[in-house]
Amino acid sequence: MTQTATAADARRGVPSIRSVTMTAVDRALIECAGVTKRYDNGTPALAGLDLRVRAGEALAVLGPSGSGKSTLLNLVAGLDRPSAGTVTVDGVRVDRLGEAASARYRRERIGMIFQFFNLLDDLTVLDNVLLPAQLARTPRAEARTRALELLRYLGIERFRETYPGRLSGGERQRVAVARALMNRPPLLLADEPTGALDTASGHDVRKLLTELNRDGQTLVLVTHDLALAEACATRTIELVDGEVAR
Amino acid sequence: MKRLVIALTTLLAVTASVLAAGLLVEARGPFDRAFARQHGAHLAAGFDAGKATADQVAATARVTGVTAAAGPFPTVSVRPRTVVPPPPGGPAPAAPPGIELPPVTIVGRADPGGDVDRLELTGGRWATGPGEVVWLAGTVPFVPFEVGGQFTAGGTTLTVVGFARSAGQSAQAWATPATVAALSGPHGFQMLYRLASAGTDADVNAARKAVEAAVPPEALTSGASYLAVQRVAERMAALFLPFVVAFGVLGLVMSVLVIGIVVSGAVGSETRRIGILKALGHTPAQVARRYLAQALVPAAAGAAAGAVLGNLAAVPVLTDEFSGGAALEPWISVVVPLGALAVVAATALAPALRAARLRTVEALAVGRTPAVGRGRAARRLLGRLPLPRPVTLGLANPFTRPGRSATIAAAVALGALGVTFGVGLALSVGGIQTALNRRDAGDVVVIAERPGDPAATVEAAVRAQPGTARYFTTTRLELPVAGLAGPVQTVAFDGDASWATYEILDGRWFAGPGEAVVPTGFLTAAGLRVGDDVVVGGTARLRIVGEVLDLRSDGIRLITDGRSLAGLDLVEGFSEVHVELAAGTAPQAWADAFNAGHALLHAEVNTGELSGTVVALDTMAGTLTLLLVAVAGLGVLNTVVLDTRERVHELGVCKALGMAPRQTVALVLTSVAGIGLVAGLAGVPAGIALHGAVLPAMGRAAGTRLPASALDVYGPALVAALATGGLLIALAGALLPAGWAARTTTARALRTE
Repeated sequence: MTQTATAADARRGVPSIRSVTMTAVDRALIECAGVTKRYDNGTPALAGLDLRVRAGEALAVLGPSGSGKSTLLNLVAGLDRPSAGTVTVDGVRVDRLGEAASARYRRERIGMIFQFFNLLDDLTVLDNVLLPAQLARTPRAEARTRALELLRYLGIERFRETYPGRLSGGERQRVAVARALMNRPPLLLADEPTGALDTASGHDVRKLLTELNRDGQTLVLVTHDLALAEACATRTIELVDGEVAR
Repeated sequence: MKRLVIALTTLLAVTASVLAAGLLVEARGPFDRAFARQHGAHLAAGFDAGKATADQVAATARVTGVTAAAGPFPTVSVRPRTVVPPPPGGPAPAAPPGIELPPVTIVGRADPGGDVDRLELTGGRWATGPGEVVWLAGTVPFVPFEVGGQFTAGGTTLTVVGFARSAGQSAQAWATPATVAALSGPHGFQMLYRLASAGTDADVNAARKAVEAAVPPEALTSGASYLAVQRVAERMAALFLPFVVAFGVLGLVMSVLVIGIVVSGAVGSETRRIGILKALGHTPAQVARRYLAQALVPAAAGAAAGAVLGNLAAVPVLTDEFSGGAALEPWISVVVPLGALAVVAATALAPALRAARLRTVEALAVGRTPAVGRGRAARRLLGRLPLPRPVTLGLANPFTRPGRSATIAAAVALGALGVTFGVGLALSVGGIQTALNRRDAGDVVVIAERPGDPAATVEAAVRAQPGTARYFTTTRLELPVAGLAGPVQTVAFDGDASWATYEILDGRWFAGPGEAVVPTGFLTAAGLRVGDDVVVGGTARLRIVGEVLDLRSDGIRLITDGRSLAGLDLVEGFSEVHVELAAGTAPQAWADAFNAGHALLHAEVNTGELSGTVVALDTMAGTLTLLLVAVAGLGVLNTVVLDTRERVHELGVCKALGMAPRQTVALVLTSVAGIGLVAGLAGVPAGIALHGAVLPAMGRAAGTRLPASALDVYGPALVAALATGGLLIALAGALLPAGWAARTTTARALRTE
């Protein structure tokens, strides 16, 4: 069973900020089976990981540095390939994708938020947000309408012609969230989204992510921030030495 | 990569510079040295003994401007005919007996020394007895004798007892004054002068006029300038010099640009490393030395290889002209590479000093956070174009580092300039070769193997051969021409040659008897113009109606209708019949059939001459162009590698957002495409302008004007194709790093800060 984001948004009176189609909550959006990733020196970053994330879930992945959190995120995003095991996202065997297919997969199914925002400093806020749609060859007018809706929804429309360097950390992360949502991905991946923010901005971003998940956005968070995990996550796992400790 | 680029660009510059410097020095070296050693004559004047006495001629030594003189020496003009083979056990004859040679002037000199024109014996001994002759060594077209060879002339038999070299080629043979006096033929005197001022034709002509004014009217019969001999000696090297110098300058400028890019790029990309080095205790001087060494070590390797290549490239250019002296002066191979290394050091010094002056804290900070802010307006404006976003991002990229972009644009423009110039040069040289080949028209040429075969006999044989469509005959003769020293090769045309005229540079082809066409060299040597008259063979007055392209005999030839020479007492010449065959007739089959039926005639298929000079020009121009393009491409490659490394994180972000490999390649390629296109558009007109300056200079060096068809080689289609040259160089240079950027793992790129 599915419900459209447009219908949900219409009930709440907010613009369509999520994916066009949300999958049923009981269907597995992410399935990792026996995933192992070894570093070049043979040390395993992930060791036979099994993980299942349902659509609409907000999973927080906790763990100390070097436990394999970011590696897991990279494998799910198709940025890296596992040494063994399978990674399936939204029915797509990510571990089998070539470079071009992997890029297409990220454009269509993944939105990414980074600790240090990774905005392009020489592009305005609007141009940064437009970038994923432009890479996906979305019609210009449609992309612009969508980007402005997102900026308005996230409260940063006034910065549309501003360069990221002039924004605060919290504002930059909102821009990054807008960019991540641009192509209406079914899965949002966030790598330490509050790691580079002050307390107030961190709170702001926690709230935003919580709202997104409440609206049906599937979310995987990698974080050290227990407060973020507690506020946003519907489920939490902890990785230690590449394995799920709890 | 950096080391390879620096080494190659230095190699190019040094190769071309060594060659250019070598040609400059060696072109004049042998002649000038020999001329100075022999105290050569700037002016060799001939006088008619019937119109001036020996005393009157001797008095010309006191003419203003003359610093030294020798003579008067008695002279006689004779027509040698080879007669007797050398005695048994002697050398083989260099020419068969019974051959009549072109007229020569024998000068009576008691000894080879003196104040002027000290002759150097190269073989045999000086003529001391009656009937002994010394022949001029190493002259063109050939020396028909060995020592001991004999010929008849002036009613007696003469024996060649030696060979002598005269730098100014003051005569073709020498004998004792008594021997000269004993020979029958037109007698005269020769005076040899050294002049206070003899640097130009005008200087020598002024002296000639002064001498002419000092003797009775029409007593002066010839006045040969040493400059004509000098020009012939320097011709080959002088021909190559203009374009080799052009490539040398291009190579040096390219070196400065590319080495500047490479070393600046190294400093820019290693800012953090510099900070770390300084933090560890490196002094500014140590840092500067490190970056200077980065440029100088590979440059030294390139310079050494370039010196070797330059010397090797000089061999085919110089060997033909200076027998046994093809090697360049050793100091050239030292001074030129050192000069190039000085240029490299000066180029690398600025970025090295910049590295030395960087403050440690700033270096560490700048190394972590790349400077941003430039080129934003370009990114915004280009982002509005209806083009894919990776393309507009790429097109905007050069604006973020305008200095680096301008430098690489200049390097690409030089590459495009080099290609334009090189292609134009090859086309022009090919065009000149085609134009020159018009001198030897016809599908088949029938040659009389002995002089004096009546043209009518040869023509009758050709006419009778099946497959002949039309033909004309040319006969080569050696005739005196008023105002020119020595006999002039005269080509007499018989029959309708309107379908096979030489390339006309000015005026028109002769229309009948009484008219002639001549090459540029003839007009220059005689001081004549189209429309002037010239007296040939003493009595035949011909109107010069056209200037034609012909480099044989240094362009000192005369081409006329055979009927123009009727009534002259002609030496028997060699005839050639130029035959155009009927459609469908195979030239080789025609020639084979003809040769089978005529023992004393020889038919050859006319395949068109491919001059060794043309091949050498094409090879050298092609090699230098290729090197220039390779260096420009490597400069682009180095720049794009640098840019891509600096932007690897940004590329990682774009890839994380879904940029496909093809889009990444498009972004990287378009980051240099704009530069390449603009640079190409700038380089093409510059290349055409360089071609327009160098080709006429090469023509002047060869002693001829060039036909418009050889100069106007850049048609619209070629220009359009060349205009894309810069784009192609840029794209070729960027292809490798574009592939590297597309293949870089996104996760690794994102980790790169």
